[in-house]
Amino acid sequence: MPLPRPTVRDALSVSLTVGVYGVAFGAASVAAGFSVLQTCLFSLFTFTGASQFAAVGVVGAGGVAASAVAAATLLGTRNTLYGIQMAPLLGVRGPRRVGAAHLTIDESTGVALAQVRRGTRAMRVGFWVTGTGVFVFWNLFTLAGALGAHAMGDPASWGLDAAVPAAFLGLVWPRLDTGFLRVVAASSMAFALILTPWLPAGLPIIATTLVAVGFGWSER
Amino acid sequence: MTMWIVVVATSVAAFALKLAGHLVPQRWFANARLQRINALVPVALLSALVVAQGLVTKTHVVLDHRLAGLAAALAALFARAPFPVVVVAAALTSAVVYHVH
Repeated sequence: MPLPRPTVRDALSVSLTVGVYGVAFGAASVAAGFSVLQTCLFSLFTFTGASQFAAVGVVGAGGVAASAVAAATLLGTRNTLYGIQMAPLLGVRGPRRVGAAHLTIDESTGVALAQVRRGTRAMRVGFWVTGTGVFVFWNLFTLAGALGAHAMGDPASWGLDAAVPAAFLGLVWPRLDTGFLRVVAASSMAFALILTPWLPAGLPIIATTLVAVGFGWSER
Repeated sequence: MTMWIVVVATSVAAFALKLAGHLVPQRWFANARLQRINALVPVALLSALVVAQGLVTKTHVVLDHRLAGLAAALAALFARAPFPVVVVAAALTSAVVYHVH
């Protein structure tokens, strides 16, 4: 049976677009003090962008390892919810299930769900092609970004120290499509800044989970 | 050593969370409150990371060349620029201010 072409086209364009973000991650990771090898291992094995950015972000801000891992893990919980949605759709077992789990990220889930009108097979193809495509491009561009930043030296001289927070801003921006979410974002920024002089570096970032709990506690 | 701990622990936790979704019964995560909070966590953490990386040095709020970079990023986002343009605009602006000072 031939592959559903519109689905493959969607999947590949998302893969390439998202994969390019890998340059920003590779550069951010090296700027935070990780080696090129460690940076590439992040993208190969953690393989979930926001968590990777958070881990190197907390280390870059001077946080301890536990804070970095905690921030990354909190951001990774949404992949569990994606897996719950994808597992019955994919219906795979054994090693293929392990592969499906590793490829369960924002983009593969998003493209799969967007194919709902094209049928179950298109949804599955959307998941696998997007997941594999993002994996390939994300890792290639991570390496490019890491090598580039490594060659640059002093991060401030090239503006890398501003590129990293700008990347976070670019990541959160598309999510702020309602007034409520913009209030959550502004409150989190204020909360993190207020806590900054009082807590060890990195902890104010994790503490903003309380902002999410506060705003999400009751129905709006 | 710290770096290796972060790389390995983050990777193990990330994969465990992904696999859990494929293995556990759906009803374990049916709680509406849990889902609402979970949907807000990325917004809260990513927003905090913007200011922690852009306006903080160790445990002090410091306004320096990075603020100029963030302003450029914000302008690019309002102009609906794609992600790479946002990041490069921030880097260029920040680097210029850094060298002028």
